[in-house]
Amino acid sequence: MYAYVARRLLLAIPILITASMLAFTLVDLSGDPIADLILRLQQSTADGSVPQATIDAERERLYLDRSMPERYWLWLTGIGGNGDIGLLQGEWGPSVRAENHDIGGEIGSRFLVTFRLVLIAVFMAIGLAIVTGVISAVRQYRKTDYVLTFVGFLALAMPTFWLAALIKETGIWVNKRVGSTLFYTIGATSPDTRDLSFAENAGDVAGHLILPTLALMLTGYAAASRYQRSAMLDVLNSDYIRLARAKGLRNGVVMRRHALRTALIPIATFAPLAIAGAFSGVVIVEFIFNWRGLGTYLLESIVNNDSYAVMGWLVLAGTLVVCANLVADLLYAALDPRIRYA
Amino acid sequence: MHDLAAPTLDTEPAGAERGQGRLVLRRFLRHRLAVASLVVFVLVVLFAFAGPLLWKWDHLLHREIPSLAPPGAEHPFGTTRAGNDVLAQVMRGTQQSLKVALTVAVLATGIGSVWGAVAGFYRGWIDTVMMRIVDVVFVIPFLAVAASLSGAVRGGVTWFHIAVILGLVGWMGTARVVRAMVLSVREQEFIEAARAVGASDLRIIFRHLVPNTTGVIIVAATLEIATAILAEAGLSFVGLGIQPPDTSLGLLISSATSAAFTRPWLFYFPGVFIILICLTVNFIGDGLRDALDPRQTMVRR
Repeated sequence: MYAYVARRLLLAIPILITASMLAFTLVDLSGDPIADLILRLQQSTADGSVPQATIDAERERLYLDRSMPERYWLWLTGIGGNGDIGLLQGEWGPSVRAENHDIGGEIGSRFLVTFRLVLIAVFMAIGLAIVTGVISAVRQYRKTDYVLTFVGFLALAMPTFWLAALIKETGIWVNKRVGSTLFYTIGATSPDTRDLSFAENAGDVAGHLILPTLALMLTGYAAASRYQRSAMLDVLNSDYIRLARAKGLRNGVVMRRHALRTALIPIATFAPLAIAGAFSGVVIVEFIFNWRGLGTYLLESIVNNDSYAVMGWLVLAGTLVVCANLVADLLYAALDPRIRYA
Repeated sequence: MHDLAAPTLDTEPAGAERGQGRLVLRRFLRHRLAVASLVVFVLVVLFAFAGPLLWKWDHLLHREIPSLAPPGAEHPFGTTRAGNDVLAQVMRGTQQSLKVALTVAVLATGIGSVWGAVAGFYRGWIDTVMMRIVDVVFVIPFLAVAASLSGAVRGGVTWFHIAVILGLVGWMGTARVVRAMVLSVREQEFIEAARAVGASDLRIIFRHLVPNTTGVIIVAATLEIATAILAEAGLSFVGLGIQPPDTSLGLLISSATSAAFTRPWLFYFPGVFIILICLTVNFIGDGLRDALDPRQTMVRR
């Protein structure tokens, strides 16, 4: 088992490195980071000229004076840099935004905000999907099943941003109707939380989480509910359930002890992948609810052409995908006694 | 529900290819939801491509159009603040979204199925290398890369750029599915028979393997359409997709998010069209999956 984990992790290293190479090339292709800066400098000076020395200094600070492969090597290892670059040394690289903009610090502090939202949303979505999926399977081809199936398909067809915007506007509308802030629609916390006690702070965070969680649940729920329904159907049509019924076990026992326990295995292995998948949905949700999270950081970085920040985001997301896949496989082995990794 | 004429089709060995096609068609037509979806989808396509030719307004600004008129006889979907006819905008938006989605589906399924078929057919180190590449591309969150790349063509980004970018980053799922299918098909006797009579690799791939994986590929393509519609809308929504004065469904929604309660026509019409396209495409895909599944027969045994 440990050997298996070790092998998988070792295998992940070349994949991540190649992926980062590819991503680095693509990000590099996506524009000159200092083009915007030159434009801004041109507008700030009276005659529209920018001293070449300023441009050169900026190029050097961002290592743009080196070739692309050289820059990738620098970005990965930091060998030959000024100590502000090199992922393996824990440095995420200089930002085009400002000299003191700390990409690593920014990603670190925003990660928890985003991860909290993603985790809660995915677990709630999967919980709901298990309930509706099982009901759907048990009542197959009845009215309940058709309604739930349709809801699932609708969720699959609905754009996250449309639902998120609708939820936000509904929140604002309710607030206006009631005349007080029942739902928070902006930010991950209130602007000023210094005077709050711990409990008040927790309440504030929870209050801000409600609507975005609801919006983000959509992505996970749509796929998970279909998945759970088919898993439960597979189990219900299997021989050992027929045997359990033939033995004369009560329906409740067959469902809970025999069917449900097995039918939950696929969804458990689906959960880590759903968490990784929700990271793209969270970009939109954070954008709409004005959160200062990882998602909005990616958008800001893209708009600013901040290539090291975009790369940092991509590497983090890629690592998460790799880990999620590993956790999914391990969960599978832990839950399903037929599967053994040697 | 069960057509009594069906068994004769099943037992008819002559004209096997045509018979197969007709069988699939019959199975599909039995799937009422899928057929209804196909009708709706065709109507949406007509609306998007023929509509603009017939409707008196286009999606651009016009001084004669009143500002913020609710839906009425003159403007069935209402108008915007600046003075656009929303019906014309939705037509144009749907057209752009469909163009993107269809291009992405063709590109992604094309690359994905060739990639998967070659890897599955040759196996060995070719398979290993090709599937490792898929693993690598899978690790990169493709929407983020698409956003970053389309940010690069800022100002000049058109529906075609978006379509190519999304197509180039979205083919890996199809590649995996097709490879798995090819791996199982290539072990079957008729492939061995073809090899025994001296068929070349190319002939085996295109004459025997590809037709047998068509079902999987078509279903993957329909899923690709739905994913692409949502991806394009998402990109346009955050401002990294299709740029004004052109428009797309995502862009229309993004300029109307705060109007959901005050001027609902601006928010709901584009949203409903996205949902309609994705919903019908998914149902069509479901119907096709059932119709193309050779294990499903029309005769109850």
